[in-house]
Amino acid sequence: MLKLSDVRKVFNAGKPNECIAVDGVSLSIEPGKITAFTGPSGSGKTTLLTLAGCMARPTSGRIWLDGREITSLPERFLTEIRRETFGFIFQQFNLIKGLTTLENVMLPAYPTGKKFSALRKRALELLDLFGLAQKATAQVEWLSGGEAQRAATARALINDPKVIIADEPTAHLDSHLSNEFMEIVQGLNRQGKTVILASHDPIVHESDAVTTIVMMRDGKVERVT
Amino acid sequence: MNRWIEKQKNIVDFTLSSLLRRKGKNIALWLVYTLIVFVLASVMFFTHALKREAAIVLQDAPEIVVQRVVAGRHEMMPLNYLEKLSGIKGVTGAKPRLWGYYFYSSAKANYTVMAPEGFGHKEGNVMIGAGVARRHMINKGDTMWFNAADGTALKFTIAAMLPTESELLSSDLILVTATDFRRLFGIPDGYATDLALTVRNPRELSTIAAKITSLLPDTRPITREEILRTYDAVFSWRQGIMLAVLFGALLAFVILAWDKASGLSAEEKKEIGILKAIGWETSDVIVVKFWEGAVVSLSAFAAGVLLAYVHVFFSSAVLFEPVLKGWSVLYPKFRLTPFVSAYQVTTLFFLTVIPYTAATIIPSWRAATVDPDAQVR
Repeated sequence: MLKLSDVRKVFNAGKPNECIAVDGVSLSIEPGKITAFTGPSGSGKTTLLTLAGCMARPTSGRIWLDGREITSLPERFLTEIRRETFGFIFQQFNLIKGLTTLENVMLPAYPTGKKFSALRKRALELLDLFGLAQKATAQVEWLSGGEAQRAATARALINDPKVIIADEPTAHLDSHLSNEFMEIVQGLNRQGKTVILASHDPIVHESDAVTTIVMMRDGKVERVT
Repeated sequence: MNRWIEKQKNIVDFTLSSLLRRKGKNIALWLVYTLIVFVLASVMFFTHALKREAAIVLQDAPEIVVQRVVAGRHEMMPLNYLEKLSGIKGVTGAKPRLWGYYFYSSAKANYTVMAPEGFGHKEGNVMIGAGVARRHMINKGDTMWFNAADGTALKFTIAAMLPTESELLSSDLILVTATDFRRLFGIPDGYATDLALTVRNPRELSTIAAKITSLLPDTRPITREEILRTYDAVFSWRQGIMLAVLFGALLAFVILAWDKASGLSAEEKKEIGILKAIGWETSDVIVVKFWEGAVVSLSAFAAGVLLAYVHVFFSSAVLFEPVLKGWSVLYPKFRLTPFVSAYQVTTLFFLTVIPYTAATIIPSWRAATVDPDAQVR
C-alpha cells in the first residue's frame, strides 16, 4: 500500500543546525495491517510518520501510495490525499481549543462539501461509538486526557479514511487508557483499516495487535519484525 | 455546485465560530478599527461638506464688491458713487448693500445683520437663521430686542425663519428692512455698507477693477476671485489641520494593519497547521481568514462611517469644533448640510477595508503554505 524508497529528510539543510531526521529509509507498509515505528527519542519515528502521511515532503527519495508516486505531487493533491486516505491522531491530540468536541470531530469533513446535517449525524455516531456522546457540546479544553484521545480518534475517522496514522498516541495516557486505545486500534483494524503508529511505549509495540514493528535508530531502519 | 455551496457554508460556519472564540481580541480590534474609520470619515465628510457650503455661498456672490476705505479701514459708502460706477463700460448693474455685525451680549453671540432688497416684510419684522433661533430658543412669532446705536431698545418680531439649505450661509443671519437696519446701526440715508457690481464679461473683471481704483481712489474693489481665494485660504488652513488629523489616523491604521500583516500568533499558526494536516487546502484556510478579516473590517467600516455621519452632520463635528471653527468665520454653531458622495465612501473603503483584508490574508497564506508537520509538532 505504502512504499518508501531511499527516503531522506534533512531539516535546516546547509545550516550549522542541520539535522538528518530520516536517512535513506526504504520500507513497505502492507494494507490492513498494524505497523508500529519504534525506537528511542530522536530516532526519526515521527518524521517518518509525517512523510508517510503526506504531511511533509522528503528531501530525497520517493514514496508510492497504492502504486502512485506521490512525492512530486503538488500541494493541492497531497491535501486531497491527506483528507481522503489518512486519518491523523497527533501526540498532543491537536484539537482546536474553543470549539466543541462535535465541531472538532466534524472539522476534517468541512472542505468535502458534504451536507452539514449529514456530517453532524456521522460525527455524533462516532462520538457515541467512543462513549463521548455526552461530551458532544463540551469545549475540548474541558475533556480529560482519555476523552481528548478518543475525540481525536473520532476526528481521524470522520472522512472514513483507509489509513489511520497515530503519533505517540499513548504518550499522555495511563496504562489502562493506553490498553483501551489499543483495543480501539484493533477494532479499527478489524474493520479493514491500515494503522501506522509511532511509539516507544511497550504497551503499543508489544501489543498482540501490532503485526509489523519497524525499529529505528539515528534516522535509519534498524530492523523490521 | 451543491457541494461547493455546502463547503462554503461549512467554512463560513467555522469562520463565525473562530471569531467568537477570540471574542476579546476581535472586539478590541473592531473598536480600534471603527475609531480610525470614524476619524478618517469625519475628516473627509467635514472638509467636503465645508467646501460644498463655500461653493453655495459663492454661487450668488457679486462679481465685484466695492468698499470705501479711509486710513486703511472700511468706511460707509456714499450712494452718489453708484452713478460713477454704473458709468464704467462693462458694468451692467450696481446696487448698494447694507450689512454688518451685531454683538448680542446676552447670548454672547455675534450675528450678521443684512437688509436685502425685496425683503418682503414690514418694518419691525425680521427673518432669522437656524443658529440664531437655536441660541435664543425662539421661533416664528416670537420677539427679539436689540440695542440701537442711539441707545434705544428696538423690538422685532420674527416674521419667518430662513431656509436651511446652507446653514453656513444662514445660521447666524438676521434679515431686516433697510429702515430698521439704518435705525439699528445709526447709518444715515445716502450711505451703504458697500456696493455690489455685476459685470457682463467675467474676463474684464481685472480691467474694471483697475478702472474703479483710478476713478474712485478712496475705494477698494474686491473681485469674486479674491473672495474665492480668501475662502480657499481659510479652508486650506483648516484642511491642513485636518490633514494632520488624517495623517495621524492613517498612521494608526498602518500600524494596525502592519501588526496583522507581520505575523500570526503561535496559536493561530498551530491552528492553520492542524487544519492543513487534517485535509484543509491552503485556499480553504485563506477563505476563512478572508472572511474573518472581511467581517471585522466591513462591520467596523460601516459603523465608523455611520458614526462619522452623525458626528459631522448631526452634532456639528463637535470633536473638531475647537480647532476647525474660528470665532469670526463660523459663528454661532451651525449644522452642515448632509453631503456624502459615493466617491468619498469608495475612497475610504479602498484606504481601509482592502489593505486590512489583504493584511489579514497574507500571513495566513504564508503559514498555510508551510508543511503542516512543521506547525503541528
